[in-house]
Amino acid sequence: MGIIKTDNLVFEYIRRDEEGNVEGITRAVDEVTLDIKQGDFVAILGHNGSGKSTLAKHINAILYPTEGTVWVDGMDTSDEDKLWDIRQSAGMVFQNPDNQIIGQIVEEDVGFGPENLGVPTKEIWERMEESLKAVGMYEFRKHSPNKLSGGQKQRVSIAGVIAMHPKCIVLDEPTAMLDPNGRKEVIRAVRALNDVENITVVLITHYMEEIIYANKVFVMDGGKVAMEGTPREIFSQVEKLKSLRLDVPQVTLLAHELKKSGLPLPDGILTKEELVTALGL
Amino acid sequence: MSIILDHVNHIYEEDTAMAFPALTDINLVIPDGQFIGLIGHTGSGKSTLVQHLNGLLKPTSGAIYYNGADINDEDYNKKELRSKVGLVFQYPEHQLFEIDVFSDVCFGPKNLGLSKKEVELRAYAALKQVGIEDEYFYQSPFDLSGGQKRRVAIAGVLAMKPEVLILDEPTAGLDPKGRDEILDQIAKLREETGMTVILVSHSMEDVAKYVDRIIVMNKSRILYDDEPREVFKHYKELEEVGLAAPQITYIMQALKQKGLSVDTDITTIDEAKNAILSAIRSK
Ligand SMILES: Nc1ncnc2c1ncn2[C@@H]1O[C@H](COP(=O)(O)OP(=O)(O)O)[C@@H](O)[C@H]1O
Ligand SMILES: Nc1ncnc2c1ncn2[C@@H]1O[C@H](COP(=O)(O)OP(=O)(O)O)[C@@H](O)[C@H]1O
Ligand SMILES: [Mg+2]
Ligand SMILES: [Mg+2]
Repeated sequence: MGIIKTDNLVFEYIRRDEEGNVEGITRAVDEVTLDIKQGDFVAILGHNGSGKSTLAKHINAILYPTEGTVWVDGMDTSDEDKLWDIRQSAGMVFQNPDNQIIGQIVEEDVGFGPENLGVPTKEIWERMEESLKAVGMYEFRKHSPNKLSGGQKQRVSIAGVIAMHPKCIVLDEPTAMLDPNGRKEVIRAVRALNDVENITVVLITHYMEEIIYANKVFVMDGGKVAMEGTPREIFSQVEKLKSLRLDVPQVTLLAHELKKSGLPLPDGILTKEELVTALGL
Repeated sequence: MSIILDHVNHIYEEDTAMAFPALTDINLVIPDGQFIGLIGHTGSGKSTLVQHLNGLLKPTSGAIYYNGADINDEDYNKKELRSKVGLVFQYPEHQLFEIDVFSDVCFGPKNLGLSKKEVELRAYAALKQVGIEDEYFYQSPFDLSGGQKRRVAIAGVLAMKPEVLILDEPTAGLDPKGRDEILDQIAKLREETGMTVILVSHSMEDVAKYVDRIIVMNKSRILYDDEPREVFKHYKELEEVGLAAPQITYIMQALKQKGLSVDTDITTIDEAKNAILSAIRSK
Protein backbone atom coordinates (compact mmCIF):
# COMPACT_ATOMS: atom_id res chain seq x y z
CA MET A 1 0.00 0.00 0.00
CA GLY A 2 1.25 3.50 -0.89
CA ILE A 3 1.61 6.45 1.44
CA ILE A 4 -1.84 7.74 0.45
CA LYS A 5 -4.56 5.43 -0.69
CA THR A 6 -8.26 5.97 -1.20
CA ASP A 7 -10.83 3.32 -1.94
CA ASN A 8 -14.15 4.43 -3.45
CA LEU A 9 -13.99 7.68 -1.54
CA VAL A 10 -17.25 9.61 -1.55
CA PHE A 11 -17.84 12.90 0.23
CA GLU A 12 -21.11 14.78 0.44
CA TYR A 13 -21.63 18.27 1.83
CA ILE A 14 -25.03 18.46 3.42
CA ARG A 15 -26.73 21.82 3.68
CA ARG A 16 -29.33 22.17 6.44
CA ASP A 17 -31.81 24.91 7.27
CA GLU A 18 -32.15 26.44 10.74
CA GLU A 19 -34.30 23.55 12.00
CA GLY A 20 -31.70 21.06 10.83
CA ASN A 21 -33.69 19.75 7.88
CA VAL A 22 -31.62 18.76 4.86
CA GLU A 23 -31.86 21.44 2.18
CA GLY A 24 -29.45 20.04 -0.32
CA ILE A 25 -26.62 17.59 -0.86
CA THR A 26 -23.50 18.17 -2.95
CA ARG A 27 -21.48 15.10 -3.83
CA ALA A 28 -18.08 16.81 -4.00
CA VAL A 29 -15.97 13.65 -4.29
CA ASP A 30 -17.49 10.73 -6.11
CA GLU A 31 -15.96 7.25 -5.89
CA VAL A 32 -12.31 8.19 -6.09
CA THR A 33 -9.81 5.34 -5.87
CA LEU A 34 -6.14 6.21 -5.99
CA ASP A 35 -2.81 5.02 -4.68
CA ILE A 36 0.15 7.36 -4.23
CA LYS A 37 3.59 5.91 -3.52
CA GLN A 38 6.14 7.30 -1.06
CA GLY A 39 8.33 9.80 -2.90
CA ASP A 40 5.83 10.52 -5.68
CA PHE A 41 5.26 14.04 -6.97
CA VAL A 42 1.57 14.08 -7.75
CA ALA A 43 -0.34 16.95 -9.31
CA ILE A 44 -4.09 17.39 -9.14
CA LEU A 45 -5.77 19.54 -11.77
CA GLY A 46 -9.43 20.35 -12.21
CA HIS A 47 -11.74 23.31 -12.73
CA ASN A 48 -13.14 25.32 -9.81
CA GLY A 49 -15.60 23.15 -7.90
CA SER A 50 -14.34 19.86 -9.31
CA GLY A 51 -13.58 18.51 -5.81
CA LYS A 52 -9.80 19.03 -5.45
CA SER A 53 -9.85 20.74 -2.06
CA THR A 54 -12.41 18.34 -0.68
CA LEU A 55 -10.20 15.43 -1.71
CA ALA A 56 -7.10 17.12 -0.27
CA LYS A 57 -8.77 17.73 3.09
CA HIS A 58 -9.30 13.99 3.45
CA ILE A 59 -5.57 13.35 3.30
CA ASN A 60 -5.05 15.61 6.29
CA ALA A 61 -8.10 14.25 8.19
CA ILE A 62 -9.85 17.62 8.09
CA LEU A 63 -12.77 15.82 6.43
CA TYR A 64 -13.83 12.18 6.78
CA PRO A 65 -15.34 10.00 4.06
CA THR A 66 -19.10 9.79 3.68
CA GLU A 67 -18.41 6.45 2.04
CA GLY A 68 -15.23 4.53 1.29
CA THR A 69 -11.86 4.70 3.04
CA VAL A 70 -8.72 6.85 3.08
CA TRP A 71 -5.41 5.56 4.42
CA VAL A 72 -2.40 7.75 5.14
CA ASP A 73 0.79 5.83 5.80
CA GLY A 74 -1.31 2.76 6.47
CA MET A 75 -3.62 4.50 8.96
CA ASP A 76 -7.36 4.72 8.33
CA THR A 77 -8.16 8.44 8.62
CA SER A 78 -11.49 7.66 10.31
CA ASP A 79 -9.59 6.19 13.23
CA GLU A 80 -9.84 9.03 15.76
CA ASP A 81 -7.00 7.68 17.88
CA LYS A 82 -4.65 8.24 14.95
CA LEU A 83 -5.65 11.84 14.22
CA TRP A 84 -2.38 13.42 15.36
CA ASP A 85 -0.24 10.74 13.76
CA ILE A 86 -2.08 11.34 10.49
CA ARG A 87 -1.72 15.12 10.67
CA GLN A 88 1.96 14.66 11.37
CA SER A 89 2.42 12.28 8.43
CA ALA A 90 0.57 14.54 6.00
CA GLY A 91 1.02 18.29 6.30
CA MET A 92 -1.06 20.84 4.43
CA VAL A 93 -0.38 24.27 2.88
CA PHE A 94 -3.24 26.47 1.69
CA GLN A 95 -3.77 29.22 -0.87
CA ASN A 96 -3.71 32.41 1.16
CA PRO A 97 -0.22 33.34 2.40
CA ASP A 98 -1.72 35.78 4.91
CA ASN A 99 -3.67 33.49 7.18
CA GLN A 100 -1.44 30.49 7.81
CA ILE A 101 1.33 32.10 9.81
CA ILE A 102 0.68 32.65 13.50
CA GLY A 103 4.11 33.35 14.97
CA GLN A 104 5.46 36.88 15.48
CA ILE A 105 8.88 35.82 14.25
CA VAL A 106 9.60 33.40 11.43
CA GLU A 107 11.51 30.86 13.53
CA GLU A 108 8.88 30.89 16.23
CA ASP A 109 6.19 30.08 13.66
CA VAL A 110 8.16 27.15 12.29
CA GLY A 111 8.77 25.87 15.83
CA PHE A 112 5.07 25.72 16.78
CA GLY A 113 4.36 22.41 15.07
CA PRO A 114 7.22 20.39 16.61
CA GLU A 115 6.54 22.05 19.96
CA ASN A 116 2.95 20.81 19.85
CA LEU A 117 4.25 17.35 19.06
CA GLY A 118 6.26 17.48 22.28
CA VAL A 119 9.61 17.50 20.52
CA PRO A 120 12.48 18.40 22.94
CA THR A 121 13.65 22.01 22.73
CA LYS A 122 17.06 21.26 21.31
CA GLU A 123 15.58 19.23 18.51
CA ILE A 124 12.98 21.94 17.80
CA TRP A 125 15.87 24.30 17.05
CA GLU A 126 17.52 21.76 14.78
CA ARG A 127 14.31 21.13 12.90
CA MET A 128 13.61 24.84 12.59
CA GLU A 129 17.03 25.42 11.09
CA GLU A 130 16.87 22.48 8.72
CA SER A 131 13.32 23.31 7.50
CA LEU A 132 14.05 26.97 6.90
CA LYS A 133 17.20 26.03 5.02
CA ALA A 134 15.23 23.54 2.90
CA VAL A 135 12.98 26.34 1.61
CA GLY A 136 15.72 28.95 1.41
CA MET A 137 14.34 31.12 4.23
CA TYR A 138 16.95 30.60 6.94
CA GLU A 139 18.36 34.10 6.61
CA PHE A 140 14.88 35.48 7.40
CA ARG A 141 14.50 33.48 10.64
CA LYS A 142 14.52 36.58 12.85
CA HIS A 143 12.11 38.54 10.65
CA SER A 144 8.48 39.32 11.31
CA PRO A 145 6.31 37.28 8.90
CA ASN A 146 4.09 40.23 7.98
CA LYS A 147 7.05 42.01 6.39
CA LEU A 148 7.66 39.15 3.95
CA SER A 149 6.47 38.84 0.35
CA GLY A 150 3.73 36.36 -0.53
CA GLY A 151 6.20 33.81 -1.88
CA GLN A 152 8.34 34.11 1.22
CA LYS A 153 5.31 33.64 3.48
CA GLN A 154 4.30 30.51 1.60
CA ARG A 155 7.81 29.11 1.99
CA VAL A 156 7.62 29.77 5.74
CA SER A 157 4.31 27.87 5.81
CA ILE A 158 5.99 25.00 3.98
CA ALA A 159 8.90 25.08 6.45
CA GLY A 160 6.34 24.90 9.28
CA VAL A 161 4.96 21.74 7.73
CA ILE A 162 8.29 20.05 7.09
CA ALA A 163 9.46 20.79 10.64
CA MET A 164 6.88 18.16 11.63
CA HIS A 165 8.89 15.63 9.60
CA PRO A 166 5.91 14.55 7.51
CA LYS A 167 6.14 11.86 4.88
CA CYS A 168 3.81 13.78 2.67
CA ILE A 169 2.86 17.39 2.00
CA VAL A 170 -0.38 18.51 0.36
CA LEU A 171 -0.34 21.98 -1.21
CA ASP A 172 -3.73 23.39 -2.20
CA GLU A 173 -3.10 26.13 -4.80
CA PRO A 174 -0.08 27.50 -2.90
CA THR A 175 0.86 29.83 -5.77
CA ALA A 176 -2.56 31.20 -6.73
CA MET A 177 -2.01 34.56 -5.05
CA LEU A 178 1.69 35.03 -5.80
CA ASP A 179 3.65 37.12 -8.29
CA PRO A 180 5.80 35.31 -10.88
CA ASN A 181 8.88 35.26 -8.69
CA GLY A 182 6.94 34.05 -5.67
CA ARG A 183 5.51 31.22 -7.76
CA LYS A 184 8.97 30.21 -8.93
CA GLU A 185 10.39 30.25 -5.39
CA VAL A 186 7.61 28.07 -4.02
CA ILE A 187 7.76 25.53 -6.84
CA ARG A 188 11.54 25.33 -6.55
CA ALA A 189 11.25 24.67 -2.79
CA VAL A 190 8.60 22.02 -3.34
CA ARG A 191 10.66 20.23 -5.98
CA ALA A 192 13.69 20.23 -3.71
CA LEU A 193 11.70 18.65 -0.87
CA ASN A 194 10.65 15.91 -3.22
CA ASP A 195 14.05 15.36 -4.85
CA VAL A 196 16.28 15.76 -1.83
CA GLU A 197 14.16 14.75 1.15
CA ASN A 198 12.00 12.25 -0.75
CA ILE A 199 8.87 13.80 0.73
CA THR A 200 5.73 12.83 -1.16
CA VAL A 201 4.16 15.91 -2.75
CA VAL A 202 0.55 16.44 -3.73
CA LEU A 203 0.28 19.76 -5.57
CA ILE A 204 -3.02 21.32 -6.58
CA THR A 205 -2.68 24.17 -9.05
CA HIS A 206 -4.21 26.04 -11.99
CA TYR A 207 -0.78 26.86 -13.42
CA MET A 208 -0.11 24.14 -15.94
CA GLU A 209 3.60 24.82 -16.30
CA GLU A 210 4.10 24.11 -12.57
CA ILE A 211 3.36 20.43 -12.93
CA ILE A 212 5.57 19.29 -15.80
CA TYR A 213 7.96 17.76 -13.25
CA ALA A 214 5.27 15.69 -11.54
CA ASN A 215 5.47 11.96 -12.12
CA LYS A 216 1.71 11.56 -11.98
CA VAL A 217 -1.23 13.83 -12.75
CA PHE A 218 -4.86 13.37 -11.79
CA VAL A 219 -7.49 15.53 -13.47
CA MET A 220 -10.76 15.90 -11.60
CA ASP A 221 -14.20 16.68 -12.96
CA GLY A 222 -17.49 16.50 -11.07
CA GLY A 223 -15.81 14.85 -8.08
CA LYS A 224 -14.40 12.00 -10.18
CA VAL A 225 -10.94 11.35 -11.57
CA ALA A 226 -11.45 12.14 -15.27
CA MET A 227 -7.87 11.66 -16.47
CA GLU A 228 -4.77 10.08 -14.98
CA GLY A 229 -1.25 9.82 -16.40
CA THR A 230 2.17 11.42 -16.72
CA PRO A 231 2.30 15.12 -17.57
CA ARG A 232 3.19 14.17 -21.14
CA GLU A 233 0.25 11.81 -21.46
CA ILE A 234 -2.10 14.39 -19.97
CA PHE A 235 -0.82 17.38 -21.92
CA SER A 236 -0.97 15.42 -25.18
CA GLN A 237 -4.74 15.77 -24.95
CA VAL A 238 -5.10 19.49 -25.53
CA GLU A 239 -8.72 19.46 -26.68
CA LYS A 240 -9.87 17.15 -23.90
CA LEU A 241 -8.22 19.36 -21.27
CA LYS A 242 -9.89 22.42 -22.76
CA SER A 243 -13.25 20.68 -22.55
CA LEU A 244 -12.52 20.20 -18.82
CA ARG A 245 -11.94 24.00 -18.49
CA LEU A 246 -8.18 23.51 -18.26
CA ASP A 247 -5.22 24.41 -20.41
CA VAL A 248 -1.69 23.26 -21.28
CA PRO A 249 1.66 25.07 -20.86
CA GLN A 250 2.25 27.71 -23.55
CA VAL A 251 5.01 25.68 -25.21
CA THR A 252 2.70 22.65 -25.44
CA LEU A 253 -0.05 24.77 -26.95
CA LEU A 254 2.33 26.35 -29.44
CA ALA A 255 3.59 22.91 -30.55
CA HIS A 256 -0.01 21.71 -30.83
CA GLU A 257 -0.92 24.70 -33.03
CA LEU A 258 2.16 24.19 -35.20
CA LYS A 259 1.26 20.54 -35.63
CA LYS A 260 -2.26 21.49 -36.70
CA SER A 261 -0.68 23.77 -39.31
CA GLY A 262 1.19 20.83 -40.79
CA LEU A 263 4.54 20.63 -38.99
CA PRO A 264 5.48 17.04 -38.08
CA LEU A 265 5.69 17.42 -34.27
CA PRO A 266 4.95 14.89 -31.54
CA ASP A 267 2.16 15.49 -29.01
CA GLY A 268 2.87 16.53 -25.44
CA ILE A 269 5.95 18.73 -25.82
CA LEU A 270 6.60 20.06 -22.31
CA THR A 271 9.65 22.34 -22.49
CA LYS A 272 11.22 24.80 -24.89
CA GLU A 273 14.23 22.49 -25.18
CA GLU A 274 11.97 19.70 -26.41
CA LEU A 275 10.45 22.04 -28.99
CA VAL A 276 13.89 23.06 -30.23
CA THR A 277 14.84 19.40 -30.70
CA ALA A 278 11.52 18.43 -32.29
CA LEU A 279 11.90 21.24 -34.84
CA GLY A 280 15.28 19.79 -35.77
CA LEU A 281 17.20 22.93 -34.78
CA MET B 1 -10.99 63.09 -21.63
CA SER B 2 -8.55 61.36 -19.36
CA ILE B 3 -7.13 60.57 -15.97
CA ILE B 4 -3.96 62.45 -15.09
CA LEU B 5 -1.69 61.75 -12.13
CA ASP B 6 0.68 64.58 -11.39
CA HIS B 7 3.60 63.85 -9.04
CA VAL B 8 1.49 61.61 -6.82
CA ASN B 9 3.03 60.32 -3.59
CA HIS B 10 1.39 58.18 -0.97
CA ILE B 11 2.90 57.44 2.40
CA TYR B 12 1.06 55.08 4.75
CA GLU B 13 1.12 56.13 8.40
CA GLU B 14 2.92 59.33 7.59
CA ASP B 15 4.44 61.08 10.60
CA THR B 16 4.88 57.83 12.51
CA ALA B 17 7.86 55.52 12.90
CA MET B 18 5.95 53.12 10.63
CA ALA B 19 5.80 55.58 7.72
CA PHE B 20 5.95 53.64 4.46
CA PRO B 21 6.10 55.17 0.99
CA ALA B 22 3.78 53.09 -1.20
CA LEU B 23 3.69 55.50 -4.16
CA THR B 24 6.63 57.68 -5.14
CA ASP B 25 6.38 60.38 -7.79
CA ILE B 26 3.77 58.75 -10.00
CA ASN B 27 3.07 60.59 -13.24
CA LEU B 28 0.57 59.13 -15.69
CA VAL B 29 -1.81 60.13 -18.43
CA ILE B 30 -4.56 57.61 -19.10
CA PRO B 31 -6.61 58.56 -22.15
CA ASP B 32 -10.14 57.20 -22.75
CA GLY B 33 -10.55 53.69 -24.04
CA GLN B 34 -7.13 52.21 -23.32
CA PHE B 35 -6.73 48.67 -22.05
CA ILE B 36 -3.92 48.92 -19.50
CA GLY B 37 -2.10 46.17 -17.64
CA LEU B 38 -0.63 47.08 -14.25
CA ILE B 39 2.05 44.64 -13.10
CA GLY B 40 4.60 44.56 -10.29
CA HIS B 41 5.81 42.39 -7.43
CA THR B 42 3.63 41.96 -4.34
CA GLY B 43 3.88 45.14 -2.31
CA SER B 44 5.02 47.30 -5.24
CA GLY B 45 2.03 49.63 -4.82
CA LYS B 46 -0.48 48.42 -7.42
CA SER B 47 -3.50 48.26 -5.13
CA THR B 48 -2.56 51.56 -3.53
CA LEU B 49 -2.34 53.18 -6.97
CA VAL B 50 -5.72 51.96 -8.23
CA GLN B 51 -7.45 53.03 -5.01
CA HIS B 52 -6.31 56.57 -5.75
CA LEU B 53 -8.04 56.56 -9.11
CA ASN B 54 -11.54 56.41 -7.64
CA GLY B 55 -10.75 58.58 -4.65
CA LEU B 56 -10.69 55.85 -1.99
CA LEU B 57 -7.19 56.93 -1.02
CA LYS B 58 -5.86 60.48 -1.12
CA PRO B 59 -2.34 61.31 -2.24
CA THR B 60 -0.03 62.51 0.51
CA SER B 61 1.11 65.00 -2.10
CA GLY B 62 0.48 65.55 -5.80
CA ALA B 63 -2.83 65.67 -7.67
CA ILE B 64 -5.20 63.47 -9.66
CA TYR B 65 -7.41 64.91 -12.38
CA TYR B 66 -10.44 63.16 -13.80
CA ASN B 67 -11.59 64.80 -17.02
CA GLY B 68 -9.73 67.94 -16.05
CA ALA B 69 -11.04 68.32 -12.48
CA ASP B 70 -9.00 67.68 -9.33
CA ILE B 71 -10.79 64.78 -7.63
CA ASN B 72 -9.47 65.75 -4.22
CA ASP B 73 -10.92 69.27 -4.32
CA GLU B 74 -13.29 69.78 -1.43
CA ASP B 75 -16.35 70.34 -3.59
CA TYR B 76 -15.60 67.54 -6.05
CA ASN B 77 -18.43 65.01 -6.22
CA LYS B 78 -16.74 61.82 -4.98
CA LYS B 79 -19.90 59.77 -5.18
CA GLU B 80 -20.23 60.49 -8.87
CA LEU B 81 -16.56 59.70 -9.36
CA ARG B 82 -17.02 56.26 -7.83
CA SER B 83 -19.83 55.48 -10.23
CA LYS B 84 -17.69 56.51 -13.18
CA VAL B 85 -14.47 54.89 -12.06
CA GLY B 86 -15.49 51.41 -10.97
CA LEU B 87 -13.06 49.37 -8.89
CA VAL B 88 -13.31 45.62 -8.37
CA PHE B 89 -11.26 44.83 -5.27
CA GLN B 90 -8.52 42.25 -5.01
CA TYR B 91 -10.61 40.32 -2.49
CA PRO B 92 -14.21 40.34 -3.75
CA GLU B 93 -15.40 39.33 -0.28
CA HIS B 94 -14.66 42.91 0.72
CA GLN B 95 -17.20 44.12 -1.78
CA LEU B 96 -20.15 41.78 -1.24
CA PHE B 97 -22.54 42.41 1.62
CA GLU B 98 -26.22 42.15 0.60
CA ILE B 99 -28.41 39.16 1.45
CA ASP B 100 -28.61 37.86 -2.09
CA VAL B 101 -26.73 38.14 -5.35
CA PHE B 102 -29.32 40.23 -7.15
CA SER B 103 -29.66 42.81 -4.32
CA ASP B 104 -25.91 43.01 -4.18
CA VAL B 105 -25.63 43.98 -7.83
CA CYS B 106 -28.55 46.43 -7.45
CA PHE B 107 -26.79 48.29 -4.66
CA GLY B 108 -24.57 50.48 -6.85
CA PRO B 109 -27.12 51.64 -9.40
CA LYS B 110 -29.71 52.15 -6.64
CA ASN B 111 -27.34 54.62 -5.02
CA LEU B 112 -27.18 56.53 -8.28
CA GLY B 113 -30.83 57.41 -7.73
CA LEU B 114 -32.16 55.53 -10.76
CA SER B 115 -35.71 54.19 -10.92
CA LYS B 116 -36.30 50.72 -9.48
CA LYS B 117 -37.00 49.40 -12.95
CA GLU B 118 -33.80 50.82 -14.41
CA VAL B 119 -31.80 49.49 -11.44
CA GLU B 120 -33.15 46.00 -11.93
CA LEU B 121 -32.65 46.04 -15.67
CA ARG B 122 -29.05 47.06 -15.20
CA ALA B 123 -28.41 44.44 -12.53
CA TYR B 124 -29.93 41.75 -14.70
CA ALA B 125 -27.88 42.77 -17.75
CA ALA B 126 -24.66 42.96 -15.71
CA LEU B 127 -25.15 39.50 -14.19
CA LYS B 128 -25.75 38.09 -17.66
CA GLN B 129 -22.63 39.83 -18.96
CA VAL B 130 -20.45 38.06 -16.40
CA GLY B 131 -22.15 34.72 -16.94
CA ILE B 132 -24.10 34.32 -13.68
CA GLU B 133 -27.19 32.20 -14.26
CA ASP B 134 -30.67 33.04 -12.88
CA GLU B 135 -30.53 30.12 -10.42
CA TYR B 136 -27.92 32.00 -8.37
CA PHE B 137 -29.76 35.34 -8.19
CA TYR B 138 -31.38 34.69 -4.83
CA GLN B 139 -28.50 32.86 -3.15
CA SER B 140 -26.32 34.56 -0.58
CA PRO B 141 -23.18 35.86 -2.28
CA PHE B 142 -21.16 34.29 0.53
CA ASP B 143 -22.22 30.78 -0.45
CA LEU B 144 -20.72 31.13 -3.93
CA SER B 145 -17.39 29.77 -5.10
CA GLY B 146 -14.43 32.15 -5.34
CA GLY B 147 -14.88 32.45 -9.10
CA GLN B 148 -18.56 33.24 -8.80
CA LYS B 149 -17.96 35.84 -6.09
CA ARG B 150 -15.53 37.57 -8.44
CA ARG B 151 -18.11 37.60 -11.19
CA VAL B 152 -20.78 39.04 -8.93
CA ALA B 153 -18.39 41.74 -7.68
CA ILE B 154 -17.60 42.64 -11.29
CA ALA B 155 -21.31 42.71 -12.16
CA GLY B 156 -21.90 45.11 -9.25
CA VAL B 157 -19.44 47.53 -10.77
CA LEU B 158 -20.61 47.02 -14.37
CA ALA B 159 -24.19 47.82 -13.34
CA MET B 160 -23.04 51.38 -12.64
CA LYS B 161 -21.98 51.63 -16.31
CA PRO B 162 -18.56 53.01 -15.42
CA GLU B 163 -16.38 54.91 -17.87
CA VAL B 164 -13.31 53.33 -16.32
CA LEU B 165 -13.24 49.75 -15.05
CA ILE B 166 -10.41 48.75 -12.73
CA LEU B 167 -9.90 45.09 -11.85
CA ASP B 168 -7.41 44.28 -9.08
CA GLU B 169 -6.16 40.72 -9.72
CA PRO B 170 -9.55 39.48 -10.86
CA THR B 171 -8.41 36.03 -11.93
CA ALA B 172 -6.35 34.78 -8.96
CA GLY B 173 -7.52 31.27 -8.12
CA LEU B 174 -9.72 30.86 -11.19
CA ASP B 175 -9.39 27.84 -13.44
CA PRO B 176 -7.92 28.54 -16.90
CA LYS B 177 -11.30 28.60 -18.61
CA GLY B 178 -12.70 30.91 -15.93
CA ARG B 179 -9.74 33.22 -16.42
CA ASP B 180 -10.30 33.37 -20.17
CA GLU B 181 -14.06 33.81 -19.83
CA ILE B 182 -13.78 36.81 -17.53
CA LEU B 183 -11.05 38.52 -19.53
CA ASP B 184 -12.74 37.80 -22.90
CA GLN B 185 -15.93 39.29 -21.53
CA ILE B 186 -14.16 42.40 -20.30
CA ALA B 187 -12.39 42.80 -23.66
CA LYS B 188 -15.70 42.47 -25.47
CA LEU B 189 -17.44 45.00 -23.22
CA ARG B 190 -14.63 47.42 -23.73
CA GLU B 191 -15.00 47.11 -27.48
CA GLU B 192 -18.74 47.67 -27.28
CA THR B 193 -18.69 50.57 -24.82
CA GLY B 194 -15.26 52.14 -25.34
CA MET B 195 -14.63 52.17 -21.59
CA THR B 196 -11.10 52.34 -20.20
CA VAL B 197 -9.93 49.13 -18.52
CA ILE B 198 -7.09 48.81 -16.02
CA LEU B 199 -6.17 45.23 -15.22
CA VAL B 200 -3.88 44.46 -12.27
CA SER B 201 -2.44 41.00 -12.87
CA HIS B 202 0.32 38.57 -11.99
CA SER B 203 -0.14 36.68 -15.24
CA MET B 204 2.29 37.97 -17.83
CA GLU B 205 0.56 35.76 -20.40
CA ASP B 206 -2.84 37.36 -19.77
CA VAL B 207 -1.42 40.85 -19.83
CA ALA B 208 0.40 40.15 -23.09
CA LYS B 209 -2.76 38.77 -24.65
CA TYR B 210 -5.19 41.52 -23.75
CA VAL B 211 -3.70 44.92 -23.06
CA ASP B 212 -2.28 47.65 -25.29
CA ARG B 213 -0.17 49.30 -22.63
CA ILE B 214 1.70 47.97 -19.60
CA ILE B 215 2.66 49.94 -16.53
CA VAL B 216 5.30 48.20 -14.43
CA MET B 217 5.60 49.12 -10.75
CA ASN B 218 8.66 48.43 -8.63
CA LYS B 219 9.01 49.49 -5.01
CA SER B 220 6.42 52.27 -5.22
CA ARG B 221 7.72 53.72 -8.50
CA ILE B 222 6.89 53.29 -12.17
CA LEU B 223 9.67 51.30 -13.82
CA TYR B 224 8.28 50.98 -17.36
CA ASP B 225 5.26 52.35 -19.17
CA ASP B 226 4.99 51.13 -22.76
CA GLU B 227 3.49 48.65 -25.24
CA PRO B 228 3.73 45.00 -24.13
CA ARG B 229 6.27 44.20 -26.82
CA GLU B 230 8.59 46.97 -25.65
CA VAL B 231 8.14 46.22 -21.95
CA PHE B 232 8.85 42.51 -22.32
CA LYS B 233 12.08 43.27 -24.18
CA HIS B 234 13.35 44.14 -20.70
CA TYR B 235 12.77 40.60 -19.48
CA LYS B 236 16.08 40.51 -17.60
CA GLU B 237 15.26 43.67 -15.67
CA LEU B 238 11.72 42.38 -15.10
CA GLU B 239 13.12 39.20 -13.55
CA GLU B 240 15.23 41.30 -11.23
CA VAL B 241 12.10 42.97 -9.90
CA GLY B 242 10.23 39.71 -9.36
CA LEU B 243 8.43 39.56 -12.71
CA ALA B 244 9.07 37.78 -16.00
CA ALA B 245 8.20 37.83 -19.67
CA PRO B 246 5.41 35.56 -20.95
CA GLN B 247 6.59 31.97 -21.44
CA ILE B 248 6.26 32.38 -25.18
CA THR B 249 8.94 35.08 -25.21
CA TYR B 250 11.47 32.66 -23.70
CA ILE B 251 10.52 30.02 -26.26
CA MET B 252 11.21 32.45 -29.11
CA GLN B 253 14.58 33.28 -27.60
CA ALA B 254 15.52 29.61 -27.45
CA LEU B 255 14.50 29.11 -31.08
CA LYS B 256 16.42 32.17 -32.22
CA GLN B 257 19.51 31.01 -30.35
CA LYS B 258 19.38 27.72 -32.24
CA GLY B 259 19.37 29.59 -35.51
CA LEU B 260 15.70 29.98 -36.44
CA SER B 261 15.18 33.47 -37.79
CA VAL B 262 12.28 34.70 -35.64
CA ASP B 263 11.60 37.90 -33.70
CA THR B 264 12.29 37.52 -30.00
CA ASP B 265 9.91 40.26 -28.90
CA ILE B 266 6.85 38.14 -29.63
CA THR B 267 4.41 37.91 -26.71
CA THR B 268 1.43 35.79 -27.87
CA ILE B 269 0.94 32.23 -29.18
CA ASP B 270 -0.66 33.40 -32.43
CA GLU B 271 2.23 35.67 -33.31
CA ALA B 272 4.68 32.91 -32.40
CA LYS B 273 2.94 30.34 -34.57
CA ASN B 274 2.95 32.60 -37.62
CA ALA B 275 6.56 33.64 -37.10
CA ILE B 276 7.77 30.04 -36.75
CA LEU B 277 5.78 28.81 -39.75
CA SER B 278 7.12 31.52 -42.01
CA ALA B 279 10.70 31.09 -40.74
CA ILE B 280 10.57 27.34 -41.38
CA ARG B 281 8.90 27.62 -44.78
CA SER B 282 11.44 30.13 -46.02
CA LYS B 283 14.37 27.96 -44.89
N1 LIG C 1 -18.25 23.96 2.86
C1 LIG C 1 -18.99 23.58 1.80
N2 LIG C 1 -20.32 23.44 1.93
C2 LIG C 1 -21.07 23.05 0.88
N3 LIG C 1 -20.58 22.76 -0.35
C3 LIG C 1 -19.25 22.88 -0.53
C4 LIG C 1 -18.38 23.30 0.53
N4 LIG C 1 -17.11 23.33 0.06
C5 LIG C 1 -17.18 22.97 -1.24
N5 LIG C 1 -18.46 22.69 -1.59
C6 LIG C 1 -18.91 22.23 -2.91
O1 LIG C 1 -18.25 21.01 -3.22
C7 LIG C 1 -17.83 20.98 -4.58
C8 LIG C 1 -16.31 20.78 -4.65
O2 LIG C 1 -15.67 21.88 -4.06
P1 LIG C 1 -14.09 21.95 -3.84
O3 LIG C 1 -13.63 20.65 -3.30
O4 LIG C 1 -13.81 23.18 -3.07
O5 LIG C 1 -13.58 22.10 -5.35
P2 LIG C 1 -12.20 22.68 -5.92
O6 LIG C 1 -11.20 22.70 -4.82
O7 LIG C 1 -11.85 21.73 -7.03
O8 LIG C 1 -12.51 24.05 -6.47
C9 LIG C 1 -18.31 22.29 -5.20
O9 LIG C 1 -19.55 22.04 -5.82
C10 LIG C 1 -18.49 23.19 -4.01
O10 LIG C 1 -19.47 24.17 -4.25
N1 LIG D 1 -3.25 50.25 5.04
C1 LIG D 1 -1.92 50.13 4.98
N2 LIG D 1 -1.12 50.57 6.00
C2 LIG D 1 0.22 50.46 5.93
N3 LIG D 1 0.90 49.94 4.90
C3 LIG D 1 0.17 49.48 3.86
C4 LIG D 1 -1.26 49.55 3.84
N4 LIG D 1 -1.70 49.01 2.69
C5 LIG D 1 -0.60 48.63 2.01
N5 LIG D 1 0.52 48.91 2.70
C6 LIG D 1 1.90 48.66 2.26
O1 LIG D 1 2.12 49.40 1.08
C7 LIG D 1 2.87 48.63 0.14
C8 LIG D 1 2.14 48.55 -1.17
O2 LIG D 1 0.97 47.77 -0.97
P1 LIG D 1 -0.05 47.46 -2.13
O3 LIG D 1 -0.45 48.72 -2.81
O4 LIG D 1 -1.12 46.62 -1.55
O5 LIG D 1 0.87 46.59 -3.14
P2 LIG D 1 0.47 45.55 -4.27
O6 LIG D 1 -0.99 45.71 -4.58
O7 LIG D 1 1.37 45.90 -5.42
O8 LIG D 1 0.81 44.19 -3.73
C9 LIG D 1 3.12 47.27 0.78
O9 LIG D 1 4.42 47.26 1.32
C10 LIG D 1 2.08 47.20 1.87
O10 LIG D 1 2.55 46.42 2.96
MG1 LIG E 1 -10.04 24.31 -4.07
MG1 LIG F 1 -2.54 44.31 -4.46
